[in-house]
Amino acid sequence: MKLTKLLSTAAMALGLATAAMAEDKTKVGFVYVGPVGDGGWTYEHNQGRLAVEKEFGDKVETVYVENVPEGPDAERVMTQMALEGADLIFTTSFGYMDPTLNVAKKFPNVKFEHATGYKTADNVSVYSARFYEGRAVQGTIAGHMTKSNIIGYIGSYPIPEVIRGINSAYIHAKKVNPDVQFKIVWAYTWFDPAKEADAAKVLIEQGADVILQHTDSTAPQAAAQAAGNVYTFGQASDMGEYAPMPRISSIIDNWGPYYVERTKAVMDGTWSTVSTWDGIGKGMVGIGEISDAVPADVKAEALALKDAIASGSYHPFTGPLNKQDGSVWLKEGETADDGTLAGMNFYVEGIEGTIPQ
Amino acid sequence: MLRLEKRPQPSQAWTYATPLLAVILTMLAGGALFAFLGKDPLEAIRTIFWDPLFSEFAFYYRPQLLVKGAPLVLIAIGLSLGFRAGIWNIGAEGQYIMGAICGAGVALAFYPLEAWWIFPLMVVAGAFGGLIWAMIPAVLKVRFGTNEILVSLMLVYVAEQFLASMSLGLLKNPQGYGFPGSRNLQQYDSAHNADLIDGSGMHWGVVAALIAVIFAYILLKRHLLGFHIRLTGEAPRAARFAGVNPSRLILFCLGTSGALAGLAGLFEVAGPSGQITIDFNVGYGFTAIIVAFLGRLHPVGILMAGALMALTYIGGDIAQSKMGLPSAAIQLFQGMLLFFLLAVDVLTNFRIKPAKKEVA
Repeated sequence: MKLTKLLSTAAMALGLATAAMAEDKTKVGFVYVGPVGDGGWTYEHNQGRLAVEKEFGDKVETVYVENVPEGPDAERVMTQMALEGADLIFTTSFGYMDPTLNVAKKFPNVKFEHATGYKTADNVSVYSARFYEGRAVQGTIAGHMTKSNIIGYIGSYPIPEVIRGINSAYIHAKKVNPDVQFKIVWAYTWFDPAKEADAAKVLIEQGADVILQHTDSTAPQAAAQAAGNVYTFGQASDMGEYAPMPRISSIIDNWGPYYVERTKAVMDGTWSTVSTWDGIGKGMVGIGEISDAVPADVKAEALALKDAIASGSYHPFTGPLNKQDGSVWLKEGETADDGTLAGMNFYVEGIEGTIPQ
Repeated sequence: MLRLEKRPQPSQAWTYATPLLAVILTMLAGGALFAFLGKDPLEAIRTIFWDPLFSEFAFYYRPQLLVKGAPLVLIAIGLSLGFRAGIWNIGAEGQYIMGAICGAGVALAFYPLEAWWIFPLMVVAGAFGGLIWAMIPAVLKVRFGTNEILVSLMLVYVAEQFLASMSLGLLKNPQGYGFPGSRNLQQYDSAHNADLIDGSGMHWGVVAALIAVIFAYILLKRHLLGFHIRLTGEAPRAARFAGVNPSRLILFCLGTSGALAGLAGLFEVAGPSGQITIDFNVGYGFTAIIVAFLGRLHPVGILMAGALMALTYIGGDIAQSKMGLPSAAIQLFQGMLLFFLLAVDVLTNFRIKPAKKEVA
């Protein structure tokens, strides 16, 4: 079969040529769990990728694969990127944790960055954002804005990340409004517009007039808009198309600066394993514009809290705080350590209901 | 003008030619799609069909074809038996999940005991899980005449909820810091469905898929039961006269497809995937329906169709990262394959003829 041989030689030559061309560029790969157009989680990671391209221009080449299921497919996509010469690979979903470590073992010279996980290796760093800092600001606004004193919360999965957010929002809502009550619905999804809309409707029917969400679609915003006097917050992305009502502010994931910094480290040869957990101070968590639907004094109070958290003078989990069962968690003036926060599996005192097991 | 004339018998030649024609049409239409997206269509097609097999890194992609193709073939073989007899199991995805849960459950119950009999026991449990889940629509159909399409499909969603509950509760890794998901079976030697030869992609699931192909072939060609299955599908009335017991056939077809889907789930969770997680299932049970039809419900055809489907998945991912094609375009490309197959199927049963002149 002469033709096959000819073709395969040509293909190989082509492959070698592209490999040689890519030599002087730093190649950065991104593995996404959703589509880049989801308007939330994956969208913001892709914004981070674009920030890397913008910063380094011709010196980098970025590649990405979207809609990659967690498991063997993720492992294959990462391996493929490493084989094709990626120097740095960002894997942007919790479920990519074990696949990332498996692939990293096979490619010791490629650097990996895994979002929201906890397993590191010589060439695997982890990074996440202190979204609970944003939840504190959100809770403060929500506590002021509610008239029914019922705040609805759409949880995704009962994991520490989400429970931290609920606790932080509750503590700060309660601080400004002692009568406040939280109603929590678990959607068991990160992104499913139909389920999220149903959850929002249920909460509104139960009297909630502020809805917080830890899911990524804009469906709850749409449900709130249809209901009228209900306030919401954008999640992961600004969701500014629903401002000024129902969306009165938002928590924005801002991965760009981190992605740029880590790409630079690979270029300079200074990359080392780190566990990064940055918040409002470093700009990884952004608070979206607080809209005019919020009274000026509430807005000022929220912004002051944001500044205090950013400067480090205030920690959202500062004692005295009790656990749900009434036992003491933090004494007066004591602040929570990162270890407890990372594995948080309890509600603080005052929240009703149990965490599903 | 042209008109369609029904063939007295389905054309043998076209039965074999239509899948090829469908692939060629998919390449043409897909190429046009890629061209509209501003990508070089030839390069895209080459990346999808050629790169996984013959590119520089084919040494890695070829084994991956086995990993991706094996569950598809295993499930599709089971489904094809029922489809031939007009018994429609659409819920293989749910049976796949239940097989994985049962198999992994056995492994986790014995953790950290190391013993040779754990893996065989898991295989039995996996098949059993899928079998039981498929028996629900089967028994309901036999007993109450319910529609197995609806019941088996709805049970997929029940299985998904069950999977979520298991990953958050009973099977959750106690050392996982409260995160959902079980222990990783890849790190548990007695339960790990590893490559038989390292790096070959050849795990027990691949072996099982090949065995299933051979057994299905023999069953349909040589066994009376296989004859009954074909007869029921092709001539239900004749089948009744021939003394085929429809209830037994329903139980057999749904049971077998359930058990095979359960096995596929077990091999996946113990091997390439390693973990029971909320998003463990990635749609093999549904894709296998396409594979079954693409392979003309014939065991060997299914083997080839499974390989082709795996190729488009792997090649599709390569095309995404190399050429920046959106994943939606790749999915559309895969969808076209079934679409064109069904469309050109008409040639098997009909002949195209110039229309006769109408007499005024």
